[in-house]
Amino acid sequence: MNPILKLLVQRIALGLVLLFAASVLIFVGTTILPGDVAQNILGQGATPQALENLRAQLGLNDPAYVRYFNWLGGVLQGDLGTALTNGQDIATSMGGRLWNTLFLAFWAAVVSVPLAILLGLIAVRYRDRWPDKVISTITLATVSVPEFLLGYIAIFLLSVTFPIAPSLAMINDSMSLGAKLQAISLPVLVLVLTVLGHMMRMTRAAILNVMQSAYIETAELKGLRPFTVIARHALPNAIAPVVNVVMLNMAYLVVGVVVVEVVFVYPGMGQYLVDHVAKRDVPVVQACGLVFAAVYISMNILADVISILTNPRLRHPK
Amino acid sequence: MRGIPISALIGLVFTTAYFLAAILADLLAPYGMAEVVGGVWEPSSAEHWLGTDGIGRDLLSRMIYGGRTTILVATAATLLSFTLGSVLGFLAAVRGGWVDQLLSRLVDLMMSIPSLISALVVLSVMPVTLPVLILVMGILDATRVFRLSRAVAVDIAVMDYVEAARLRGERQGWIIAREILPNALSPLVAEMGLRFIFMVLFISTLSFLGLGVQPPLADWGGIVKENKDGIVYGIPAALIPAVAIATLAISVNLVADWVLNRTTSLKGGRGG
Repeated sequence: MNPILKLLVQRIALGLVLLFAASVLIFVGTTILPGDVAQNILGQGATPQALENLRAQLGLNDPAYVRYFNWLGGVLQGDLGTALTNGQDIATSMGGRLWNTLFLAFWAAVVSVPLAILLGLIAVRYRDRWPDKVISTITLATVSVPEFLLGYIAIFLLSVTFPIAPSLAMINDSMSLGAKLQAISLPVLVLVLTVLGHMMRMTRAAILNVMQSAYIETAELKGLRPFTVIARHALPNAIAPVVNVVMLNMAYLVVGVVVVEVVFVYPGMGQYLVDHVAKRDVPVVQACGLVFAAVYISMNILADVISILTNPRLRHPK
Repeated sequence: MRGIPISALIGLVFTTAYFLAAILADLLAPYGMAEVVGGVWEPSSAEHWLGTDGIGRDLLSRMIYGGRTTILVATAATLLSFTLGSVLGFLAAVRGGWVDQLLSRLVDLMMSIPSLISALVVLSVMPVTLPVLILVMGILDATRVFRLSRAVAVDIAVMDYVEAARLRGERQGWIIAREILPNALSPLVAEMGLRFIFMVLFISTLSFLGLGVQPPLADWGGIVKENKDGIVYGIPAALIPAVAIATLAISVNLVADWVLNRTTSLKGGRGG
């Protein structure tokens, strides 16, 4: 078997095992914990009969492993169960929201990745001079403020003081792409700011690391312009760590989206999850947790796969 | 105090001020935590330095009491995550073998789900009280401390003096406490600052989502949640916690950077 293919298959198999284990963890986290789920849902004033009915409805009287495999079996067939609070099918209500969330994360990625790499290159080119310092200071400031506050600062500045963007990100299917992009401009801005700092700093560090190699000195001695040295010789060799950081931040985007969606009342997965945690709707929380974990784990595997493909040195593990 | 760079000094001063304000909240706050003392969203004035909030409570007092809750929860969770993470990390490094494998794989698994999502999943079935929040945040964060302390301790565990202690027949607990801990302390202390900041952001985020500190108890994330509706009318009350969180985060970062630089220069190289 082709060695690269073998490595890739190994990584993907490992990811599947991890996802399976994560589903166990999510299930255990919501069922084996102290506290009676039925009691929690109905509150202290519930009658014993109501508690018993709800337990039977939730299947809480079966042993935990039976419930787990029933749940997992359903999930594998695309049946995520029904929500306790409104009795709706979870997969149906989640479908559109998942697309909205991916839409938001996608545009944040499209803006942030090239910007982070460009800023990283500039910071390396003007290392320890003012452009580097300005970029470092701004990115340090953006990572010190939680996403939801960045969101409100953005609303305060850009839709109240200078009204150029809407403060609520309402989108629906009938809107054109342009109108949708206008609606999500502020959430995208906030997401970009939250991931930009980390990505830019890691790009800078990765390129600086490569810059110490002998072949960079050779390139400099050949008389290449500094930016050409960085872009042609340093960047390709720094691709693997950069790709890794980019993918980790893409995975993080999917989480950051949870909070940002709540701030901008965006109809996505994060809002759905948070609403149902507050309502203690366990099946919805399990389903959302699983979807988020799946996206996160697949992003991490994708990061591994891309670094293997871009870095021949990783193909021959010692 | 000589030899402390100016940035670290600024960081130390601000960090100390925040912790003092948290401890002395009862003396400093001009009004009670949940006391309604004025109109809705009054601008700042001589009586109410930061104005009042959405139901007429003094914002300065809310911020001070909120800082107490936020810093208390973050500190307790940081201590928990450090105790748990470093003890297990050292144990994994010293023992090796199946203990190491088991703990490391468990940590890998826990880190395969983002901590905010894990916290939300767990909080959907647990009662949201301060001890539960501290426990959940501390345990979730212990995974990161575990990785760091294991990595540091693995390097130390192969040193000659650890080998010598083993040959002397010292117990494992003694080796961890007397040989490994003192040598692993400095990178851990620097990391502690960063974890503390992460905890402040974490509890603020949870409270903002309505799943953290419950009203009427004040905390920084909760203050944002309570006053966010004012923003569209141009009332910046909800943005005040941003200033507090950002200054606290930056000043703790400055101190942590200084600790890390100091310890790396002691070792004459990178500090593990």
